[in-house]
Amino acid sequence: MNSVQTVVSQTSPPKKSFLYDPKVRGIFYQVVLVLAIVYLFYVAATNAVENLQRAKIASGFGFLNNTAGFDISQTLIQFSAAGGTYGDAFIVGLLNTLVVSAIGIFFTTILGFLIGIARLSKNWMVAKVAMVYVEVLRNIPLLVQLLFWYIAVLGTLPQPRNSLEMGAGFYLNSRGLFMAKPVWGSNISVVVAALVIGLVGTFVYRRWAKAQQEQTGRQYPVGKVTLGLVLGLPVLTWIVLAVTGANPITFELPRKGTFNLTGGMQILPEFVALLLGLVTYTAAFIAEVVRAGILAVSKGQSEAAGSLGLTPGQTLRLVVIPQAMRVIVPPLTSQYLNLTKNSSLAVAIGYPDLVQVFMGTVLNQTGQAIEVVVITMGVYLTISLVTSFIMNIYNRRVAIVER
Amino acid sequence: MKKALVSIAFGLTASLLATGASAQATLNSVKQKGFLTCGSNTGLAGFGQPDAQGNWTGLDVDFCRAIAAAIFDDPTKVRFIPLAAKDRFTALQSGEVDVLSRNSTMTMSRDTQLGLDFPAINYFDGQGFMVRKKLGVSSAKELNGASICTQQGTTTELNLADYFRANNMKYEVVAFATSDETFKAYDAGRCDAFTTDASGLYAERLRASAPDDHIVLPEIISKEPLGPAVRHGDNQWGDIVRWTHNAMLNAEELGVTKANVDQMKTSENPEIKRLLGTEGKFGEAVGLTNDWAVRIIKQVGNYGEVFEKNVGEGSRLKIKRGQNAQWTKGGLQYGIPIR
Repeated sequence: MNSVQTVVSQTSPPKKSFLYDPKVRGIFYQVVLVLAIVYLFYVAATNAVENLQRAKIASGFGFLNNTAGFDISQTLIQFSAAGGTYGDAFIVGLLNTLVVSAIGIFFTTILGFLIGIARLSKNWMVAKVAMVYVEVLRNIPLLVQLLFWYIAVLGTLPQPRNSLEMGAGFYLNSRGLFMAKPVWGSNISVVVAALVIGLVGTFVYRRWAKAQQEQTGRQYPVGKVTLGLVLGLPVLTWIVLAVTGANPITFELPRKGTFNLTGGMQILPEFVALLLGLVTYTAAFIAEVVRAGILAVSKGQSEAAGSLGLTPGQTLRLVVIPQAMRVIVPPLTSQYLNLTKNSSLAVAIGYPDLVQVFMGTVLNQTGQAIEVVVITMGVYLTISLVTSFIMNIYNRRVAIVER
Repeated sequence: MKKALVSIAFGLTASLLATGASAQATLNSVKQKGFLTCGSNTGLAGFGQPDAQGNWTGLDVDFCRAIAAAIFDDPTKVRFIPLAAKDRFTALQSGEVDVLSRNSTMTMSRDTQLGLDFPAINYFDGQGFMVRKKLGVSSAKELNGASICTQQGTTTELNLADYFRANNMKYEVVAFATSDETFKAYDAGRCDAFTTDASGLYAERLRASAPDDHIVLPEIISKEPLGPAVRHGDNQWGDIVRWTHNAMLNAEELGVTKANVDQMKTSENPEIKRLLGTEGKFGEAVGLTNDWAVRIIKQVGNYGEVFEKNVGEGSRLKIKRGQNAQWTKGGLQYGIPIR
């Protein structure tokens, strides 16, 4: 090693003028650029403050504690025009954005994977249907699709007086989907305890089964036992409790009111339209990501799996998808971020997400444009960074491990 | 590449400094541009709406034309910028429009906290409800449990919450960004009731798939003084907007119309003489020429003429003068004396 270093230092050119040293010049330009940018932000900020003062626009974040005075259609926390502040309205909007994004990401992943795999199906019909789905959904602007779902599909549902009865306490009309609301009794803790026991039992059993397989090669019915413990045990407890007359749960059914069904749970059509639009649209992109990932796995891997006697299903599940994941995960993250950010199009169909409530109503009622926009940008930045952080951790786990 | 970045950074800084230094008066900038930019409704029949050819018509639109006539002697030197309720004040604050003339309610918080001024009230209105006839509702008091479509960022949204709270009734609000989306949702059956200013209810009803199926409930639940708004701090520009409105009101009261304004110049009535600039220097005092009101009346008309043409008995909306009649006829419109 030592000898190499001496060689390098010997061959380096003789001392040049300080001014012409490319390294020094590089640092100089970067320092100048940073200073210019800092100055730019300073001027922009002082300019804004001066303009706001001249226009007599109040500034600061104090407005968040003022009473809002308006109502919101979907609130996951307690919020009313009487006591809710602009800060509460912000939280309501934020939660609504997070809910639609999280549920959207869940469904779009499932749909995207199904369609991506279907596109590579050997069945001509299945492959072509998947192709048409991708090409159509991907090439129509999302806003148009949202309006289509909201106006053309959900808008044609019957009025509340002619609600579609779907049995088991489900009703559908132009005001949304109504269903029975579960009212938890005091015995629910017993069912929850059964569920916890089931989960712990599953964990223990799975570890034991894995150890057994590694030692003896014998396979145990892990899937069936898991199902039995996690689902069967709580359901059995519930049935026993119900039979003995201590039902842990009762249902509040929606009833017909003057204008609409009252009681029960209501899912707003705005939420459904937004979710449908986001899921079907983003799934088309995820399908392409999945297809690219699968195609990136060399054909030899499937052939090797086949020659080991694995079925095509097992090959896909155990050999191809795990290797495809390392190609899929980075672009998949972008699609998750896109879905979250696209949820702001909710403003067009009246779903009260962060942009609709905070950048719309709150901004307008308070006039605090700069503060509201800064907070909103901060929120979307945070959501994006957290999503990509989580996906990066996952990516590190599925990334190829070189030995 | 580095050089390019550096020069871009300096360029940006310079341009920011330049915009910071030029807080010139609105009148000068309008004269320099050669036209007025007017924030208008995105489409409300009778108040501000483009027709199939893209010509804007309406009461609020004519008010902008009147300002343009006063400045340029040409009512066509206006560029209309359609603004949704939630965007309108930001557009005015940021200088995107010179004047906002789109049925905006004057309130204390808007006047004192948003950096705005409301120099005139060109339409006195109040908030009402519209429902389908077949619902069998005859009063807003019967709306307990109804879902109601409204436009976000409006005083309407706040009055609605106040009214239902005061009357101890429940409701579900569905808020949309534009009046167009709001009304479409109501018309499609998403809501039991649609709420906005009474003038807006009559205007929007014309767009319903079957206008006769809808009725406007009798309750008026708020005061909505609608008028043009300007940025706070430019008093000369505020004066021009204020006195344009007063000139139109005074012209109606004194019987000066589009048709007779030239004859009226020879009138011996001192009030008419001051209005039409044959006596005194009232136009010059607001930064215009003394015959400013003549140009307004000749090109656009007096308040009564503009009202009749756009929303009155002669229009499709057929709104009665009511509170918007001259004070001499029991209304609230009261032209401040020019003297």
